[in-house]
Amino acid sequence: MSAHVKSIPSKASLPIRRVLIANRGEIAVRIIRTCNRLGIETVLAASKADLGSMAARLADRTVCIGPARSTESYLKIGTLVQAALGVGAQAIHPGYGFLSERAEFAAACEAAHLIFIGPTAAQIERVGDKLQARLCAVEARVPVVPGGPVKNLADALEQAKKIGYPVLIKAVGGGGGRGLKRADTPAQLESLFDLASAEALAAFGDDRVFVECYVTQGRHVEVQVLGDGERVIHLGDRDCSVQRRFQKLIEEAPAPGLTESMRHDLQSSAVRFSKHIGYRSLGTVEFLVDVQRQAFYFLEMNARIQVEHPVTEAITGLDLVELQITVAQGEKLRLTQTDISTNGHSIECRLNAEDPELDFRPSPGTVTGINFPALHGLRYDTHMEAGAHIPPYYDSMVAKIIAHGASREEARARLLNALDQVRVEGVKTNIALHRAVLAHPEFTEGGMDTGFLGRFLSTATTVGTN
Amino acid sequence: MGLSHEDVKRLLELLDASKFDELHLESDGTKLTLRRNGAGNKSTTIQLVTTEQANADAPTQIATAKVQPSSNSGGGLVNVRASMLGQFYSAPKPGAAPFVVVGSKVRADTAIAIIEVMKLMNSICAGVDGEVVEIFVRDGELVEFEQVLMSVRPA
Repeated sequence: MSAHVKSIPSKASLPIRRVLIANRGEIAVRIIRTCNRLGIETVLAASKADLGSMAARLADRTVCIGPARSTESYLKIGTLVQAALGVGAQAIHPGYGFLSERAEFAAACEAAHLIFIGPTAAQIERVGDKLQARLCAVEARVPVVPGGPVKNLADALEQAKKIGYPVLIKAVGGGGGRGLKRADTPAQLESLFDLASAEALAAFGDDRVFVECYVTQGRHVEVQVLGDGERVIHLGDRDCSVQRRFQKLIEEAPAPGLTESMRHDLQSSAVRFSKHIGYRSLGTVEFLVDVQRQAFYFLEMNARIQVEHPVTEAITGLDLVELQITVAQGEKLRLTQTDISTNGHSIECRLNAEDPELDFRPSPGTVTGINFPALHGLRYDTHMEAGAHIPPYYDSMVAKIIAHGASREEARARLLNALDQVRVEGVKTNIALHRAVLAHPEFTEGGMDTGFLGRFLSTATTVGTN
Repeated sequence: MGLSHEDVKRLLELLDASKFDELHLESDGTKLTLRRNGAGNKSTTIQLVTTEQANADAPTQIATAKVQPSSNSGGGLVNVRASMLGQFYSAPKPGAAPFVVVGSKVRADTAIAIIEVMKLMNSICAGVDGEVVEIFVRDGELVEFEQVLMSVRPA
């Protein structure tokens, strides 16, 4: 993993000497590895179900924070802050998911004089509210999807008429694809509007919705940014268009097939947005690229480390977790935009313990055998080992397989070759699906839209399990 | 035989002072492994599993860093465990007499300690009628979820 990491000279007295990791799985292992390299002690906050995990074995210390259920362990703000204070940690790394984008958590850390390895609570709050984030984008002269918040049905109908059908009804508090409805006609909008508000209220405790232009053929392109509260730089872009039900499955960097002017505009928009809010941390600005109109729109900002960060690390040679920690402890960026160069292409597959034949139902259990072959240009981020238990309480991702090559084609071929040799026994996985997708002509060509995987799955006869 | 907190501490000191990197100890259904973490590293990992747990076909849950004896330690004693992670206080306020000491008689609803989680004081009850035989945790220490706080001989 650290094969070509450009190490930043470490300082003699870093404020963070011990960090509490408030997460699990592969990202906990990933954070521990960087901390080890930097000489930072790690304390893993683990639920009872994770005491035998790889992360628990690798951490300098593990504390049991509660039972398996995440609402009683990984989501308990008070317990995690108390754990950090109790073990004498100076900082908490929230990873991704769980509490990573909860402003109250960042605020509780700030109140307890702990460093939250992420942005400020105020920044999380600002980018976490879709309407506020959209407003920020407008203020920063970053294009947004035509449309906006609506008060009632009449308002929605008027808005839709201006934008043109099809339109999308979105919950203000929503995320991860939940609370989205598509309306192709005014009649459909009428019948869906009340349902959408009611669902939004039930799911997110907030019945506000907005209506926006539905992009028929869109790509999900995002830009990695890094800010110290004053300066912001970008670390290139990624394409995450291979999604199933709005869940990313395959990611790559750089995004293939963009014109140089669009790439430049995307990157500078992401930097402008982040600068506008004085962003201080590692973050990702997500965009929807409208293939037909050759335009792009701001979607949202993810104020945390992303699952797909390794593809950016592969092409930039940087350790993003290290940069995130450095900025969190108050250091100013030592990198400038001209220091950032990218090399080649990288593609990542998310290996999930799920059964493609049973509608991708999670397949928890015990891993009986495993093989992640050491191949040239390959990196595996995983918490799996023979005997590892995949508990049913958490997400089903078991590994990220990341290939790097001089060209996209080389990365793709290396990834396919690796997928032929990777073995995860004892549970069902989506390896076969990844192989089929990577071998598909549309993927080979690059630049797929977000509808690609859905179309592929509806036409594929059977994607057998391995 | 159950290993007390003091026993483990003494074993740790022995290992630290020795030239060895690992220590294995098995006795009466209890298996203890002490291992140094890497060369030159001062931290030590403690793994303690009971034989029943190790033999069960369910995946082995290895409690790390903290001593977690079996649910019933030897001699019919009952372990009182922490119901949450937090700061352990043996007395209602600093300087006050402790809730219980070794030899105290307790009832199931007797408060034996306080666990603080972010300024919230949670009263912990014995959960069993009997007599306190051993207290494993010191005042002000961080206790983990389900960590054994004390053992009680049921009445």
